[in-house]
Amino acid sequence: MNLIVCVKQIPDPEIPPAKFKLDTESKHVTPPEGIPPVMNPYDEQAVELALRLKDKHGGKIKILSMGNEASASAVKHALAMGADEGIVLIDKAFEDSDSFSTAYILSQAIQKVRDYDLVLCGRQAADWDEGLVGSIIAENLSLPLVTLVEAIDVADGELNVKRVILDGYQVYSVPTPAVITVSNEVGQCRLPSGWGIISASKKQIPIWSASDIDADLSQIGAVAARKKLVKLFIPVQERKCEIIGGETAAEASAKLADRLRKTGII
Amino acid sequence: MTDYKGVLIYGEVIEQKVTTITQELINTGRKLSDDPNQPLSLLLIGENIQQAANEAIFLGADRIYTAAGASFTESLPEHYVVVISDVCKQIAPSIILFAQNDMGRDIAPRLAARLGAAICMDCVKLTIDPDTKALFQSKPVYGGNAIAVWTSENYQPQIITMRPRATAPAELNTSRKGEIIPVTVEVDNSMIKEKLLETVKEDIKGIRLEEAKVIITGGGGIGGSEGFQLIQELAQTLHGTVGVSRVPCDEGWMPASLEIGQTGHMVSPALYIAVGISGAPQHLAGCSGSKCIVAINKDPEANIFKEADFGVVGDYREVLPSLIEKCKALFSL
Repeated sequence: MNLIVCVKQIPDPEIPPAKFKLDTESKHVTPPEGIPPVMNPYDEQAVELALRLKDKHGGKIKILSMGNEASASAVKHALAMGADEGIVLIDKAFEDSDSFSTAYILSQAIQKVRDYDLVLCGRQAADWDEGLVGSIIAENLSLPLVTLVEAIDVADGELNVKRVILDGYQVYSVPTPAVITVSNEVGQCRLPSGWGIISASKKQIPIWSASDIDADLSQIGAVAARKKLVKLFIPVQERKCEIIGGETAAEASAKLADRLRKTGII
Repeated sequence: MTDYKGVLIYGEVIEQKVTTITQELINTGRKLSDDPNQPLSLLLIGENIQQAANEAIFLGADRIYTAAGASFTESLPEHYVVVISDVCKQIAPSIILFAQNDMGRDIAPRLAARLGAAICMDCVKLTIDPDTKALFQSKPVYGGNAIAVWTSENYQPQIITMRPRATAPAELNTSRKGEIIPVTVEVDNSMIKEKLLETVKEDIKGIRLEEAKVIITGGGGIGGSEGFQLIQELAQTLHGTVGVSRVPCDEGWMPASLEIGQTGHMVSPALYIAVGISGAPQHLAGCSGSKCIVAINKDPEANIFKEADFGVVGDYREVLPSLIEKCKALFSL
């Protein structure tokens, strides 16, 4: 089975909120000092799910990433985890692309790859938190789509996929080729092995430009964006915390219980 | 050129009643429709939805479009996309509202691609710019660390999913009048390639998180599944239920179905006790609607203290047993 996983490089979302800074003028997030960008954790889970499928049924995993030169490190990380090949999509014309343009660019690249059974995308990117690209790729390529998938198996030449819903799950049977978006219930991702890191470092990662994927320039970049960012700001914290102290934990918790009781909360 | 007008809400019905999030969408949609005085429409798909359609009129909708069909979790998303896009083409709404839930997350992006619409997911606030009449869409980004305000001046229609509990539900007014319009959409199911094999709803033990008045949530600081026994005991004492943050799910200590946060449940209990939780914005996104937040954490610098009303700095293994004991004593008075 040939799998394509689309990944994005983003500022590390796990940084403490105190380190999160932005420039309201330029409406850009300021990269935290000394903390390198990472592969979007939701995309990492898509890579993990692809690897689980490969572990069981064999096949090859190709990683696609649109971005800049730095995006190659997200692709390298996926290769070190066990993916086979990677391609980065870089072009000045791709800059400021919205979800539709990004999905268009990735769809063009996927069509150029041609030989694939399944495209996997993370449920959303932890920067803009939209969750659109995977679904739009499916629409662009007229492929069946299942969103928020936790597990995949192969049965009778079709995919059996488990989709997470709020109070349970659903199981779909999907013919290939198909697109799935991967939910965070996938859980912990494997760490790259030493051998994985060495073999990934030796792999060439080709760069594809707009002309390589035959992109229609009117569909990409800022001109094609369907929405504009008016404002970006850090919300003010509305609560003021009263720390309840005490000589011992028992004393503090007794005071807390009294306080909650007196204010009618319990 | 199509003349896009008014607001269309995709409405959800459970046990013949309009859901809370749908009531919230009606409240939001009403405000957006009143300004330029345009119709507020609501689409319901299902069986036995007449009663809910009337309720939606009393809540503020002008036109209720009803289409037959199975519930969302019992049918194929593609079926819904075909029906909804057909209705959108017939009535050409300027704004289409969905809930940011299982349904909206799945359907809204497909619909946007199919209609060539603009889309903004997981909004918490919608306002009309008084000068340009443009719709400003505010949504948390970077896991809730920041708020982005977007506008799509040149694109129609504009699809928006709204985060649950972001607005108050609409109020019932039984003197309101409206129109119920049944629609029939032919869906060629032979064109749908995926098949739904089963839908499994887990038995909810105890109280549903969305309806709980008291929630005790454990995070990475609990250190393993054993520690959740104390969390459970406190929940029982306070007649509440247990939630978890991301770490216990990822580590497999607790089921992912209990996760509270941006990618899990959105809750708004009267009392939310966060134990061993650092307070990542993506977790706070799920509980910031709580009336009172109590943080118990041994790290006085933890971000959760900035978002709590009361805090105790200490190891939960020491704090919880005495808290449980004290609460039991208070309740027995």
